[in-house]
Amino acid sequence: MTARGPAPAIETHRLTRLFKARRRQAEVHALEGVDLRVERGECFGLLGPNGAGKTTLIKILTTLLLPTTGTATVAGFDVVNDPFQVRRRINMVSGGDTSGYGILTVRETLLLFARLYGVPHAEARRRADALMDVTGLGPKADSLLSSLSTGMKQKLNFARAFMSDPEIVFLDEPTLGLDVEAARDIRAFVTRWLEERPERTVLLTTHYMVEADELCGRVAIIDRGQILALDAPRALKRAIASEPVFELQIGTSAAAFEDLREVHGVRSLSHHADLSTGAIALRVAVVEDQVIGEVLGRLKERGAPVLNLTKSEPTLETVFVHLVGRGLEDEDMDGQG
Amino acid sequence: MLPDDWRERLRLNWGAVLARARVRTVASWREKSWIIGETVFPFLAMSAFILVYRGLHAPKIYEAFVVLGGAMIAYWNNVLWSMASQFFWEKEQGQLQLYLMAPVSRMSILFGMALGGMIMTTSRAIVILAGGILVYHVPLPLDRALPAFLMFLLTLGAVYSLGMILSSLFLLWGREVWHTATLFQEPIHLLSGFYFPVRALGAVTAGLASLLPITLGLDGIRQILYGKAAHGLIPLVWIPPLQILLLVFFLFLAHRSLALMENLGKREGRLTLRGG
Repeated sequence: MTARGPAPAIETHRLTRLFKARRRQAEVHALEGVDLRVERGECFGLLGPNGAGKTTLIKILTTLLLPTTGTATVAGFDVVNDPFQVRRRINMVSGGDTSGYGILTVRETLLLFARLYGVPHAEARRRADALMDVTGLGPKADSLLSSLSTGMKQKLNFARAFMSDPEIVFLDEPTLGLDVEAARDIRAFVTRWLEERPERTVLLTTHYMVEADELCGRVAIIDRGQILALDAPRALKRAIASEPVFELQIGTSAAAFEDLREVHGVRSLSHHADLSTGAIALRVAVVEDQVIGEVLGRLKERGAPVLNLTKSEPTLETVFVHLVGRGLEDEDMDGQG
Repeated sequence: MLPDDWRERLRLNWGAVLARARVRTVASWREKSWIIGETVFPFLAMSAFILVYRGLHAPKIYEAFVVLGGAMIAYWNNVLWSMASQFFWEKEQGQLQLYLMAPVSRMSILFGMALGGMIMTTSRAIVILAGGILVYHVPLPLDRALPAFLMFLLTLGAVYSLGMILSSLFLLWGREVWHTATLFQEPIHLLSGFYFPVRALGAVTAGLASLLPITLGLDGIRQILYGKAAHGLIPLVWIPPLQILLLVFFLFLAHRSLALMENLGKREGRLTLRGG
């Protein structure tokens, strides 16, 4: 297959992967008929609990595992029949993993992996310097890997994946175990990297919903080897949000609010005293956003000061629990994730 | 964008060979304990055999056998522990998948390991040879050094090709790697006649042992350097073509075996599964 250009970054058709029973373990259907299409330029998120099939899917797409049935193409090339062409265009980061040898320095490690992709030496040095700079590894450039902290090793593993300037990057839990600041730096880097060239694509798996929400244009929720939902995070959230909910903080007594229930369009109202501030917290569910204007008008008429107003949005976590029936941290299936 | 034609593929793979070899060569000089472990201790082991032969009033030529055998043992141990089992260690460290995902031939990674291993081990071999000559005054006829060196290179090629086959097998054998490597270590120290002429094992055993390129090569090097006194097993003229045959056969087998094992691993999902 030599198709280029219009071919999507990633496409799978009825992809299945079965792990046969081994050593008293049951047979595992890691993927069951997965259909997926990721366009070039996308940051696509794959969300699922442990054992959902995320890593299995990434391993197939990175030519490390054969599918049982179905097809998968990356950059227009079949992962089974044309792995060389796929490999030239991809790279991967597995979060929590480290790469390289303790006896090499940070810079030498990056240059080592650049050579595996035929990056000319001068260009490799330039990229290594740039990547060490953005990941904060610069001061450790000439330190041996054996002397690095776990977080630094993970950053190096992350930088390594970008040394080959891939078209498509698979990020499998890239910020796993990183501190908040390092994770933020990594997310900022991914965003910049995608913006630099429109054809660059990222497939991200993550446990962190906020990360997926921040980075991904579309996300697929996968569980037990099947894709349960696929859309933009906002659309997914909207799909499960039956009615807008507003939370207000009011600096007066609760008794004055009972008649707000009578406002046309208010579906429900609850309130409680916020002991920490002495204010009243109101939670108002309305049929549409505009109704809150009428509620605010009524409050103004009574002279009740509105200290704070926020619209309560469903999160991806809410969507996930709604679809899967449990949270991301809940363990479920054994075997390959 | 990466290159497309075969010349560029060759360049890509040659780059991979050098990159992987460099890890080994750098390692051999940075790790001080390795330098001592790889030179001083083997020298002591060799010394023990030489002193035993002296205590038995064995011919001086036996001391030369020990020195040459001691140098070659270094390569065999390197093949076992840093070549055959290397893919297993790489898998355990999570690095194997990075190599398998790269657009280079797995053979070039193995070639790189072999080249680096040869360079790394040569420091040990040189210390043993130099120690043998300078400390124990073992005779080394320099006028025959070139053909002996050529035989040595041929032997290394065949030995490391065998290492490549083992590497592909170790790739999936997993946890038993220590036992498997040990299984290949001590018996081959005996069968290869590292410290004595292999003929002493008897015609049948020695003949079978000669299927190992290290046995064949050591026999050839000793015959080149010491002629009839080497008590050679196979006529010297046969050895180079046999070594070339083994080299080509092992390389072919390594290539096929690696592809087979990789495919099997990808099918069973064991290629990147650690601890298995």
